[in-house]
Amino acid sequence: MATAYETAAKQSIPAENDSVPVVAVENLKKAFVRHQVLNGINLHVNRGETVAVLGRSGTGKSVLLRLIIGLETPDAGSIRIHGQNIAGLAIDAMGEIRKKIGFLFQHAALYDSLTIAENVAFPLVHHRPKISASERGERVRKLLEEVGMEGDLTKMPSDISGGMQKRVGLARALALEPEILLLDEPTAGLDPISSGEIDDLILRLQRERQMASIVVTHDLHSARAIANRLSLLDQGSVVIEGSFEDLQHSSIDFVKEFLKQSQEEL
Amino acid sequence: MSDRTNIAVPDSAHERSNELPVSVAHAILQYGNAFFEWFGKLGIFSWRTLCAGVTPPYEWRELIRQLDEIGSKSLPLVMLAGAAIGVVIAMEARYSLGRFGAKSLFPATLVYSVIQVMGPIMTGLIVSGRAGSGIGAELASMKVSEQIDAIEASAVNPHRLLAATRILACILVLPLLTLVADASGLIAGWFAQRLVEPLSFHQFIESGFRGATFNAFLPPTFKTMAYGLIIGTIACFEGMRTRGGAEGVGRAATNSVVLASLFVILADVVLVKFILVVFP
Repeated sequence: MATAYETAAKQSIPAENDSVPVVAVENLKKAFVRHQVLNGINLHVNRGETVAVLGRSGTGKSVLLRLIIGLETPDAGSIRIHGQNIAGLAIDAMGEIRKKIGFLFQHAALYDSLTIAENVAFPLVHHRPKISASERGERVRKLLEEVGMEGDLTKMPSDISGGMQKRVGLARALALEPEILLLDEPTAGLDPISSGEIDDLILRLQRERQMASIVVTHDLHSARAIANRLSLLDQGSVVIEGSFEDLQHSSIDFVKEFLKQSQEEL
Repeated sequence: MSDRTNIAVPDSAHERSNELPVSVAHAILQYGNAFFEWFGKLGIFSWRTLCAGVTPPYEWRELIRQLDEIGSKSLPLVMLAGAAIGVVIAMEARYSLGRFGAKSLFPATLVYSVIQVMGPIMTGLIVSGRAGSGIGAELASMKVSEQIDAIEASAVNPHRLLAATRILACILVLPLLTLVADASGLIAGWFAQRLVEPLSFHQFIESGFRGATFNAFLPPTFKTMAYGLIIGTIACFEGMRTRGGAEGVGRAATNSVVLASLFVILADVVLVKFILVVFP
């Protein structure tokens, strides 16, 4: 009898079609205890597109990413990856979906018992067991070179700075050549120069790999630099979605206040 | 009736005395809920880990790493504790048996006390303290720093990679460590006796194991596999469900040791009776 893992792998996933969003979130709702964090979110991301999800702290931006990767289960609504509804899939069944997604956690979440190189190699060790150790080593070296960390292979995560940890986390997220990239506050806690470097890195990778990306951030400057579209959340709902200019021309009070406060921070 | 006998009792005191039974009942209900909820969640965790552990891909590399971490690194402590127990039993047995003129029973007393009773339970409690707290703290630290979420986001089952390997390592390692503790206890106990009166090691072994069968020693040693299951499961469960930062990590480590030790002791009572019935 096929396991859930095997069944999900055999399920036909619709062929990539530019008219079908890579990630489609519809009427998504999530509450923790009595606090309604997401209250009917709609979001679509196409191949090669970067959508920045903005909002105040505590508005559920990170929860949205966790729902898409399956670390939380929604209370209502649907999440479709290439047309396949992933809400409620068992952990092994989600495995095939997750291999198509790279996730950068807010604090990188590097495995502190492994070296930098071993961290980046982790997805390859588990999901590409047939490649040789030397080929794997070469891939790891190239990934770290892409993010500017090629000189630190044997260091431990505790030996490098927060910005460097994010770069390594990004390299790990790209190890399986994902079609979707989820970035949770990639520039949080970084100085302006490091933030700019991370933004440039994300832009370059996006140009080269044409992934569907969702970036959660409260940094409007960063969002403006890297995103094709911005989606502003407030009280669990999308207040406005569009380009930066659309936000600038919006007559919604919350949008105006958010932009004003963000400009003042700059 | 004089006014002095009609003592006015404040309404708040009346209210407090009426509230007390409600508060106690509420507290009992709350603790009862928490008690059953804990067992329920432990059951779900155990089932998920079992399902993950018996289905491929198997995490052999991590299992070997854990065998080293839990087994090899517990050896010095287990040997030392075993030796100490052996010396203590030797001293006490010499005194007690001497009072009843039964000094010749010393080797058998030491052998049976160490192998059947003290060796297994002492090894279980030591591993519960050392490995249980280590596993609980490590997994708790990984949980609060989102490393376990990162493992899951990388399409690797954390129950398979982290929990199943550690639990299996504990199950495999406990009987081996128990044998080491037993050997250490017997050698140290013999040596303590040797310092007081002539007793060759050969005499000691021959006398101590005279008439013994495998049934006398194998079940007590292999019952420690159950201890390993308890220690590994509770430590992994407490670690992987941690919340609350550094405080949560500390709480997970403490809970792992306390609960694992408690259940090891309770299991010992049950298993001793079981062994006496099944292997008379």
